[in-house]
Amino acid sequence: MGPNLLNNYCETVSMILFGIGFTTLFLQPNLIKKIIGFNIMDSAVYLFLAAKGYIYGRLAPIVVNNVTDMDAYINPIPAGLVLTGIVVSVSVTAVSLSLIQKLYKEYHTLDMDEILKKSKEAHQ
Amino acid sequence: MRFVYNFPFFSIICMMVCAIVSPMLSGKKALWLNRTGLAVTTALNGTLLLDMIKNPTRITFMMGHFPEPWGNEIRFGPLEALLATVFSFIMLVIFVAGQEDVFRDIPKRNINLYFVMCDLLMTSLFALIYTNDLFTAYVFVEINTLTSLAIVMAKENGQTITATIRYLVMSLLGSGLFLLSLTLIYDLTGHLLMPNIHSALQILIADSSYRLPVTIIMGFLSVGLAMKSALFPFHSWLSFAHGSATTPSSAILSSLVLKGYIILLVKIYFRVMGVETVQQLKVSNVLFVFAILAMIIGSMDAIQQVHIKRMIAFSSVAQMGYIYAGIALGTELGYCAAFLQIIVHALTKSMLFCAAGGLADSSDHKYTWGDLKGAAYRNPIAGAAFVIGSLSMIGIPFFAGFGSKFYLAMAAMTNPAKKWFMLFSLAVSTVLNAIYYTKALVVVFSKDGDTAKRKQHPSYVLGMGVFIAANVLLGLFYQQFFNVISTGIKLF
Repeated sequence: MGPNLLNNYCETVSMILFGIGFTTLFLQPNLIKKIIGFNIMDSAVYLFLAAKGYIYGRLAPIVVNNVTDMDAYINPIPAGLVLTGIVVSVSVTAVSLSLIQKLYKEYHTLDMDEILKKSKEAHQ
Repeated sequence: MRFVYNFPFFSIICMMVCAIVSPMLSGKKALWLNRTGLAVTTALNGTLLLDMIKNPTRITFMMGHFPEPWGNEIRFGPLEALLATVFSFIMLVIFVAGQEDVFRDIPKRNINLYFVMCDLLMTSLFALIYTNDLFTAYVFVEINTLTSLAIVMAKENGQTITATIRYLVMSLLGSGLFLLSLTLIYDLTGHLLMPNIHSALQILIADSSYRLPVTIIMGFLSVGLAMKSALFPFHSWLSFAHGSATTPSSAILSSLVLKGYIILLVKIYFRVMGVETVQQLKVSNVLFVFAILAMIIGSMDAIQQVHIKRMIAFSSVAQMGYIYAGIALGTELGYCAAFLQIIVHALTKSMLFCAAGGLADSSDHKYTWGDLKGAAYRNPIAGAAFVIGSLSMIGIPFFAGFGSKFYLAMAAMTNPAKKWFMLFSLAVSTVLNAIYYTKALVVVFSKDGDTAKRKQHPSYVLGMGVFIAANVLLGLFYQQFFNVISTGIKLF
């Protein structure tokens, strides 16, 4: 277990980051920090994918000097997945931030617990 | 390849084109475009369904010009065609019945954008039903999430925005877990198409040292999608989001959006993991416990509600429990019963939400029991729909809900270990359902309030009429639906 964790340090770090992001998103009452947590969580997954996609000693999959041998390059698919994932998380972040802005205008606070309390009071 | 097999692809593209065109139109025209698109896709999927009933096959349709294992695919059989037909039909009827609610609740400048979101939502549902690629599924899960957030917050008051943010947080946690498990699967197998992952995973599972990673992946996947489909104990966001949104949004969320994720989960169980593996890894036992708790606690929460839409929303939590219980039984009959329950619940719950909206509209837009007294006399068609929906949800024979409960009980017999838990909680939950729906019926039919009939918009009457007819037909012919499902599940 120990040496494996050390050898795959990228994966280990990304899993720790995922945990940090997940708990921040789940437990942090401040909405902006929640969204930061979400971004940490998603970036951790991208780090994991990028680390898995890289093969030591090979180049990015762009053909230069007419080298078409497959063994010269790394797999381009993980990079493609990361790019798609980034697009998704950017749009989710944008939607969330605009939503938070609206909430702030309505309740003048970013604290989730307080917002829930105020919305309950307003409802009753 | 026959022309009819292009229809799944056409229906995805059709709704996407509607979404792209809608921002340029006025609100009314966007509504018409949306309904036309939905009518066309219902017809397309219905034709495919009829063809599939005549000669059931499984078709793999290559998207783009790359063959497997590199390219992207959609795959369909009778079951997928049935689900797509039912879903597009339900959304169409919701927008026939709920037209007035949309124009009243949503700011005028945003109405066309609201329909953009609805079109995209339907696109993503079609894609989730038809796709055969895990990463495509992830992208459409996110599109589904964002669009459903948008249709919740379209009403733009403090309450709906608060509900949206709760929904958002739960959804993001769920999709984070789904993305992580998908990455781990890709890392272990090197594939993204479901059948290829399946064959690679079979080799890994045979080697016992990979048991732990596969179990963890299964856990993340199931929990992630369960969070998004509001399985107990991840259901806290649901009643707020579904209770406060405008009526068509509530109906769409409760009857369609939640189901998309469940269909994806079952698809992953069938095509990626293999049903035997799911049983071996015991993840389904955890789901079973949650499902049983959902059936009972969801109903108990519903009893306590004073807000009619909240009550229906908590009833959805209980009904989600039924679906997950069917899945967790792990037998073929269990899966079939779960799919029948998906269809029954989609049709009944959308009708109940539209009926509740109508009852509240005739009570000056108030949703609590005190204000709803006598509402069924003010709006008879909504009252009739509410009666039929309630009887169906309780599970009275000749109504849609009876069929699915009957098959769930039958399915329970096929799993000796879970038999008694399942039957007991079905019975308890049925009694609880009867309690809160009877209470609601007593209130809306009490003669205390104003009982003078009010005029309804013709489109509302038409929509509710279609809903009632569809529910009665499903209640009478559930056997036929079940037959299509059981042929479909063998080709799923």
